[in-house]
Amino acid sequence: MSLLDVRGLNKSYQTDAKVLKDIHFTAETGEFLSIIGPSGAGKSTLLRCLNRLVEADDGEVIFDGQDLRQLKKKQLREARTNIGMVFQHYNLVPRLTVIENVLHGRFGYKSTFQGVLARFSEEEKERAFYLLEKLGIEAHAYKRCDQLSGGQQQRVGICRALIQDPKLILCDEPIASLDPHSSKIIMDYLKSISEEMGITCIVNLHQVEVAQSYSDRIIGLNDGSIVFDGSNLQLDQIYLKRVYGMSTRELITV
Amino acid sequence: MNENTFKKRKLQTTVFFIAIIAVSFFSASMTDFNLIDGILTIPSAFIWMGENLIITADTLSKLPNIMEKLIETIFMSIAATTTAAILSFFLGVAGSKTTAVNGVLSAFARLIASFARNIPVVAWALILLLSFGQNSMTGFLALFVGTVGFLTRAFIESIDEAGISAFEALTATGATYFQIVAKAVIPQCLPQMISWILFMIETNIRSATLVGILTGTGIGYAFDLYYKMLDYQAVALVTLLIVVAVIMIELLSNHVRKVIL
Repeated sequence: MSLLDVRGLNKSYQTDAKVLKDIHFTAETGEFLSIIGPSGAGKSTLLRCLNRLVEADDGEVIFDGQDLRQLKKKQLREARTNIGMVFQHYNLVPRLTVIENVLHGRFGYKSTFQGVLARFSEEEKERAFYLLEKLGIEAHAYKRCDQLSGGQQQRVGICRALIQDPKLILCDEPIASLDPHSSKIIMDYLKSISEEMGITCIVNLHQVEVAQSYSDRIIGLNDGSIVFDGSNLQLDQIYLKRVYGMSTRELITV
Repeated sequence: MNENTFKKRKLQTTVFFIAIIAVSFFSASMTDFNLIDGILTIPSAFIWMGENLIITADTLSKLPNIMEKLIETIFMSIAATTTAAILSFFLGVAGSKTTAVNGVLSAFARLIASFARNIPVVAWALILLLSFGQNSMTGFLALFVGTVGFLTRAFIESIDEAGISAFEALTATGATYFQIVAKAVIPQCLPQMISWILFMIETNIRSATLVGILTGTGIGYAFDLYYKMLDYQAVALVTLLIVVAVIMIELLSNHVRKVIL
């Protein structure tokens, strides 16, 4: 059985305009899956429907054997601990230190009381430092996040997702605000996460070539519908035209 | 944009200024206000002030008494502001779009804030005077209500300004509402909130003087008392002390702001 099985997902913000139309797809354990498509195609909405930051109108999101859309508040909280998320704008608390932001990823495992008092065990703190070291930012552990560069902040964001011990990481355009060099570092980390740790990564991307070089599989989204679902090798000019409505020669691909 | 657009803009500006001048003259004539007469009285007003508002050695003997009242006023302002800040914090969290639990509660918080804010502190003092009588509780409550109105509004804006991003991220990790408010929203907004509280303490010391005149407490009472006794030297001393106190508090809070922001 697949780790994630999405069936018949529909979403509209206004009654007349559908953002997602009957989305079906699956994701396997350890798979690196990219979602590409023009702006406004519904990529971000799709990702947010998976962990219910946005509520879909109907459909099923079966993750690890249970339908997330049926879960009550407490169960949803538990399920969310298994799903990390990485954002375009990092979504850290800028005034707090790097290590504090990383440890925020553990809140899902704690009672409200423990969380509010910031009671973290030694293992959790060691794990946080281990992850910071792994992503090469342990030197900045006690710096405030707003003093870090974009690429460094995104690595903090990844650490926060990893400390959750997730089975799935959702990345909403993780490199859209970064320079090419930082982008490569971030993508390499995400790739190694899926390969070495066996964590499934679903990544929204704007850059077709990045998607092609990193992904095991690519999903092409256009106007709320999946118009391509296959390996990166299968994504040819004909499909690209379907996704973006024009061929790659007309697109800036890097 | 062509020549005509510019001409139109110019015309609009001219009409706007002529309208303002016309309204000024109309208002002045309606209220029998004469600018020339007003200006002519200024020198004699200053002469009166110079003759009467002189602090003499004799007046200084009243200093301990006045200081006591002033300190009472300062502490009342601080107490009213800090207690109001606690209530405002909860209303602010309930009222902000980022942290709103539900729409009804949010609208309720905003309603309380605008109701409390849009009635002047002096009006609150007069209303509360009827039910609580002339004591420091009335002054405290008048400042408290006005402060809740203002601070709630300021806190809502601070929380809104900090944005939804960290809130969203922590929701995705499975954090609870109170964890997110305590560990993401508050740390991000706290400096701004403290800054607003300091601002409100300054404002309230000024307002407390006026409220004190009405409720018969604190430095306002001292001012009123000496004023009615025609002891203008003492009035001058009271005024000077208020100014010094306000400036000192302002300097202090500016320093605190610099450190925390």
